[in-house]
Amino acid sequence: MIPKLPFLSKKVSADKSKLFIPGRRDFLKLSSLIGGGFVLGVNFQCSGPKGETVTFAPNAYLSIGTDNTVTIIAHRSEMGTGIRTTLPMIVADELGADWKAVKIQQAVGDEATYGDQNTDGSYSIRMFFEPMRRAGATARHMLVEAAAQEWNVEASGCDTREGMVVHEASGQTVPFGELVELLRQMPIPEAENLTLRKLSDYKLVGKSVPIYDVKDITEGKALFGADVDLPGQQIAVILRSPVVGGKIRTYNEEKALQVSGVNKIVQISGNGVHPGLNKPLEGLAVIADNTWAAMKGREALEVDWELGENQDYQCASQMEAMIESTLQEGRLRREKGDVKQAFSSGGRIFENTYRAPYYAHATIEPPTALADYKEDGSIEIWAPTQHPQWARDSVAEALEIDVSKVRVNVTLLGGGFGRKSKPDYVVEAALLSKAIQKPVRVQWTREDDIHHDFYHSHSAQRIKAGLDATGKLSAWNHHTVFPAIGGTSSADELHPSDGEMGLGCTDFPYEVPNIRIESHEAKAHTRVGWLRSVSNIHHAFAICSMLDEIAEEQGMDPVAYVLSLLGEDRKLAFSEEMKGAYPNYGEAIEEYPWDTARMKKVIERVAQEAGWGSAEKEGKTLGFAAHKSFLTYVACIVEVAEDESGKLIIPEVHYAVDCGIPVNTDRIRSQFEGGAQFATSLALSSAIQFENGRVIQNNFDGYQIIRMPQAPKKIFTHIIESTEKPTGVGEPPVPPFIPALCNALYKLKGKRIYELPVKEVFV
Amino acid sequence: MTTGFSEFYYIKVPYHKTDAMEKYRLSVNGNMQEVSAPEDMPLLWVIRDLLSLKGTKFGCGQALCGACTVHVDGVATRSCSLPVSAVGDRKITTIEGLSADGDHPLQKAWQEHVVPQCGYCQTGQLMNAAALLNEKPHPSETEIEEAMAGNLCRCGTYNRIKDAILTASKS
Repeated sequence: MIPKLPFLSKKVSADKSKLFIPGRRDFLKLSSLIGGGFVLGVNFQCSGPKGETVTFAPNAYLSIGTDNTVTIIAHRSEMGTGIRTTLPMIVADELGADWKAVKIQQAVGDEATYGDQNTDGSYSIRMFFEPMRRAGATARHMLVEAAAQEWNVEASGCDTREGMVVHEASGQTVPFGELVELLRQMPIPEAENLTLRKLSDYKLVGKSVPIYDVKDITEGKALFGADVDLPGQQIAVILRSPVVGGKIRTYNEEKALQVSGVNKIVQISGNGVHPGLNKPLEGLAVIADNTWAAMKGREALEVDWELGENQDYQCASQMEAMIESTLQEGRLRREKGDVKQAFSSGGRIFENTYRAPYYAHATIEPPTALADYKEDGSIEIWAPTQHPQWARDSVAEALEIDVSKVRVNVTLLGGGFGRKSKPDYVVEAALLSKAIQKPVRVQWTREDDIHHDFYHSHSAQRIKAGLDATGKLSAWNHHTVFPAIGGTSSADELHPSDGEMGLGCTDFPYEVPNIRIESHEAKAHTRVGWLRSVSNIHHAFAICSMLDEIAEEQGMDPVAYVLSLLGEDRKLAFSEEMKGAYPNYGEAIEEYPWDTARMKKVIERVAQEAGWGSAEKEGKTLGFAAHKSFLTYVACIVEVAEDESGKLIIPEVHYAVDCGIPVNTDRIRSQFEGGAQFATSLALSSAIQFENGRVIQNNFDGYQIIRMPQAPKKIFTHIIESTEKPTGVGEPPVPPFIPALCNALYKLKGKRIYELPVKEVFV
Repeated sequence: MTTGFSEFYYIKVPYHKTDAMEKYRLSVNGNMQEVSAPEDMPLLWVIRDLLSLKGTKFGCGQALCGACTVHVDGVATRSCSLPVSAVGDRKITTIEGLSADGDHPLQKAWQEHVVPQCGYCQTGQLMNAAALLNEKPHPSETEIEEAMAGNLCRCGTYNRIKDAILTASKS
């Protein structure tokens, strides 16, 4: 089963408020739910004995104690975006809490309580900005009301700040904690009807706020997936089928069991050649007292594999076949006008093929999960997971138990990028803990991670573009082919879904009278997943490279050319041209249209900030690209140069971004800095290759990601001031960077780049 | 501030002794610790699994990423590739022992620049940077880049790491 992926499927926006705006009395049992089983305080409905901290919790995201402690729940996973800070910060700001004293607690996976927790698709801020404001406002209204009653003054003359209610006229103050008992008597207002603070009144929102965990991280105290220990736990390292779909014929465990510390060998059954996104691969688990013993035990295993049909898979051959297929007519995905007729008009024609490889996520923290199966048939998990609810459902399914018996605690994630959405490693831990009736931590090694990822697909694209007699772009025919995410679960999914096509391909925004977009068949011979910005990566590479080439060939400035192609300020919906759905990242197109004016603004801004117009005079080599993804508008200019030894350096990168209301500007910047570096790896050094169904890279020597000397030296992020609805920034920095870099490299080397990665430049 | 993860169990795992084990006396963060381990067990797993010091991270097991960096007699060392039997009486310092209260100039600079994104590689980055500054208190940008090239960060915090090292080198 393919899960509901909000960024790939249409969502009814009406269900949002029902799910995510905290309800009223439903959430009053909160204090036993938050905090991973520790009762933080007694719910305000129950009177605690004198002296005990009483907690007021108007909704699932927030509680206030009589000791003045404000605890805010982070219900989305922290993998480096800063969301564990930024969402609670919104609640605190609206509430008027003292941010320095706020405690943040990570939620367990529980959709009924917290709403969507799938931290993916750059939509945490987009989906939860409003609900977080309302969660804070609920408590603020009640606190103000309670204090006003106490003081016998008008509530309208009171406000909250720094954890106190303040009566402006008299200067009286009262700390939140002293009002908690009073709040017990009060009805909780409807979150939907509350007045929110004005954007200009916020003290945290719109500013740079450091991440909550920064001190713990620098002291080594922050807890990641493998940092939780349970009494009596065992460590499992698993030998998985080297080829997807492989099965164990026979095995010999004798030598493995002779390794000191190895206690048991347990087989895990796979799910065939289309293993799905949430199931383990076939494998043999070595269960030991410690990690090293488990690793050594695995080396001593002898397994005879029935490798199955994927053992003949060569990615190089599939690439050639995919390129060949783009010369044929494909499945029509969007059509406007008649490209064939336009191509025959006698104007100039450009035709290029673009290739990009498989990529692995290579989070520095390899997948790991701890499971504790208990005598009563329930199970508790600790895992670095982007999607605790799916992990919970998947464990329940694998163990054939009710979801209510599965508790998933979310640790910090040592990187995610889409890998840790898939709960296969969590299910492994759960199956093994049940099998041996002890707590088990599954530890993946780097080799496991490189060999058994859910890869970003390799891809082939052919774009044919035709000019009319006046030199205007009149026809755009884009063919795209890559094994689809759906192919991981089903043999029938041979084309990219409407969702994948809508990631930078069918949402081609330029004013071209004739457009034809086609896809072609490609079978998934491995596990295909999603990686930071998904198919936007290869689509933006092809489209932005092609536009740069057309501009340059005509002696036009690429920035001016792209601005002109965007045409008049328009809001695009694509509706009648799409041959299928256009998911628009799960949002209604009327609410989030493709707004060419916003794109033009980021392009103009980045050109100005990067000194695009004066680059030649200053001897700078710059490349440009612009790409909207995840409803965020981004333009990018990359500078390249060669050092004395002829090695490539990237002196400067400029981004301009319109992500609506900027919420935490420091974390917006950090995502762009990180996005540029992530994209540098994709552009210049990373590639996964398959021979005989096996990944031939093993570790960071073969699968290379950039190191500090290769990183762009300076990265500037120019944030557009906006009052539009806020959108995410985790993924949008990646797509435009790659073609901007390639376009700059063309200027430097005089050679267009049609294939990623561009390895030779670092030699 | 706490992580909010205080609800997690955080205890030392009892280790099963078998006859293949050797006893080692190690100096870790100024304390003498005795462990039983096979001679080829990498220091990383001694630190994490036997001593329950979790700040040192596993990333690659091949000395390719630097997440497991500790100091051995002050020298930045990839603990994933150093067998426990090779440590001898050299002094080991992990992130937990870098400073008394998390107030090493690098830790303070890391906080000032809000370097971490996910944070996983950062303890290794800090240990590597601390060894660099011990050896070379005022490194140039190029020297920083070269010295830090063995420490991978997938989130892409290289610029802020460099800025933080420069800040600390001036303090």
